[in-house]
Amino acid sequence: MAEGESPRQGDGAGGRLARRRARHRSAMELEAHATRERAGEAEPSAMLDIRDLRIHFPTDDGLVKAVDGLSFTLDRGRTLGIVGESGSGKSVTSLGILGLYNTGNAQMSGKIYLDGEDLVAADQDRVRELRGSKMAMIFQDSLSALHPYYTIGDQITEAYLIHNKVGKNAARAHAVDLLKRVGIPQAARRLDDYPHQFSGGMRQRAMIAMALSCDPELLIADEPTTALDVTVQAQILDLISDLQQEYDSAVIMITHDLGVVAELADDILVMYAGRMAEYGSSEDVFTHPGHPYTWGLLGSMPRLDRTRMDRLLSIRGTPPSLINVPAGCPFNPRCDYAARNNGRSETEVPALRPVGPGHLVACHLSTDEQRRIWAERDRVAS
Amino acid sequence: MVTFIVRRLIATVFLLIIVSMVTFAIFFWLPKLGGQTTYGLATQYVGRNPTREAVLQVEQQLGLNQPLYLQYWHYLSAIVVGEHYNAGTATAYCPPPCFGYSFKNQQPVWPMMVSDIPVTLSLAIGASILWLIGGISIGVLSALKRGSIFDRFSMGVALAGVSLPIFFTGLIALELFSYRWPIFPNVTYVPITQNPYLWARNLVLPWVCLAFLYAALYARLTRAGMLETMSEDYIRTARAKGLQERTVIVKHGLRAALTPIVTIFGMDLGLLLGGAILTEVTFSLHGLGLFTIEAVQNQDFPEIMGVVMLASFFIIIANLFVDILYAYVDPRVRH
Repeated sequence: MAEGESPRQGDGAGGRLARRRARHRSAMELEAHATRERAGEAEPSAMLDIRDLRIHFPTDDGLVKAVDGLSFTLDRGRTLGIVGESGSGKSVTSLGILGLYNTGNAQMSGKIYLDGEDLVAADQDRVRELRGSKMAMIFQDSLSALHPYYTIGDQITEAYLIHNKVGKNAARAHAVDLLKRVGIPQAARRLDDYPHQFSGGMRQRAMIAMALSCDPELLIADEPTTALDVTVQAQILDLISDLQQEYDSAVIMITHDLGVVAELADDILVMYAGRMAEYGSSEDVFTHPGHPYTWGLLGSMPRLDRTRMDRLLSIRGTPPSLINVPAGCPFNPRCDYAARNNGRSETEVPALRPVGPGHLVACHLSTDEQRRIWAERDRVAS
Repeated sequence: MVTFIVRRLIATVFLLIIVSMVTFAIFFWLPKLGGQTTYGLATQYVGRNPTREAVLQVEQQLGLNQPLYLQYWHYLSAIVVGEHYNAGTATAYCPPPCFGYSFKNQQPVWPMMVSDIPVTLSLAIGASILWLIGGISIGVLSALKRGSIFDRFSMGVALAGVSLPIFFTGLIALELFSYRWPIFPNVTYVPITQNPYLWARNLVLPWVCLAFLYAALYARLTRAGMLETMSEDYIRTARAKGLQERTVIVKHGLRAALTPIVTIFGMDLGLLLGGAILTEVTFSLHGLGLFTIEAVQNQDFPEIMGVVMLASFFIIIANLFVDILYAYVDPRVRH
């Protein structure tokens, strides 16, 4: 949406509200700033700054460490791809950022700074206010993620109405705008349709429209294309990337599909067993990945520029249970190179270590070894 | 939506006709198959120790010796235009809708049933309001506070409610609140037109006892439904929008959880309107339930047939109502 068309502008009441909110926010920020100074912590510089985030769930079988010490930053206009197998903690991270685990029996620690405000320590009502307005989420299966009993229009306007003091008609007009923006033909008419009357791709577009209804600064897309067929997938990804440029928002793209992040992400975070295995720019991670797990993920992706192998390389074994994470490096039981580290892989948790500018890898292999092994694998594959 | 309702209405009419055929077959065709003579059949319609003339007269009157299709036609036409019965001394006119003439009571069946409808209606409607409010709110709270003391206690009480028959809870309630501490003395039916206060006061005990039985069931159903819906993806979406938890629970959770309850409610209410037999007997309320019991005890076939038709009518109408309501609450049914 171009600046001049923004429905918030030129609307007297909306403008006053925005100013009041800005004042409110700055007071909060000052307070947060004071707390940090007392704790002697560095000032968060990026829009989203996550530090040592842990999300644990006590269960009858033991403590599930779904996210265990995750730190990263993300700025406006950038896209971060979080990649990992099922159960690596990707979705839990995203729901944790939205504050959906603050209640209940989940144990959350660490910091989630959004524009300098710590969401882990913040008041529940405050996080709820931010949810849906400043940060929004696109879920994967739009058929189950949309309420079957309410029209698309109702569901899009719902968030807009609670976060903005506007009337029903204004909200409706806004919803029509949004539906047009995400490329739904005859938007005004389709507003009164129910989710089951939309096709899969259209439904996902409607879901994106819903997430965008309050111009979020942070947009989290949790596998937004898994339920769609390939041609529609590409359209949806293009749409998300176009909208990101338009709104200048930060996007977290959660996926197990490296093809998706290759297309969209500026940075890539590879997660394994609730921890960060590798982090770096998309360029770095794709051209010279350092972690054996990333090698495995890349090796299991079909590629057209390589000679055709009899079969794809898969990573042996299964992801570990998050209750009994293997001692030492969590990846060691599945790692082909664990034996090269003189038993350190089984006993010592590898620290995140820079292997290049802005490129972090949590592996005991030395940087040289990583480079050598990857070069070898790359040569064999092509 | 309109075509949907029209379609359902047509189906309802057909269903009513089929029910009348089945009822008719049970009372007029099955005995013949069983080797019953028309004379023997006619004796069933006359009082005890009938004279031979009276029986023959009834046999003639009901046309029991005619072919079945004619008898059925007779039966249907009586409903629409009424019928004259020669009841011994004088000719009795059974005005439409004539659902048969009780030779044992020397009265047409329909007016007797109609006079009992308000009792059953008052009982069923009042109790259903109580159990809907009680059952659903307890069910929702139990689901939200799953595993808490409240949940365990109310589900325990609900189990008792489902298992205890009305003639047990009813008699205990009568003993305690009508005799020992006469808060609700002399439980008899007073028409609402005559004295609304007495009408309500006398119905409190039957309402509560009947509602207790159903509230228990509805609490368990609502709890199960809520537990299921609250773990749906769209609830997570609703939370991600930043809605208040109350809105998430009521607007998104309860709305979806209530849909199956609507279906069951329609059936239950329809069934009760045909006569809350145990409750009416326990509290001596002369509604359709007691009417049925008396008809069965007297082996008064026209009365039994009448009450069967009326009860099926209520159930069919309740189903029609549920179908329409269902289409209203679940848009997926409409299209």
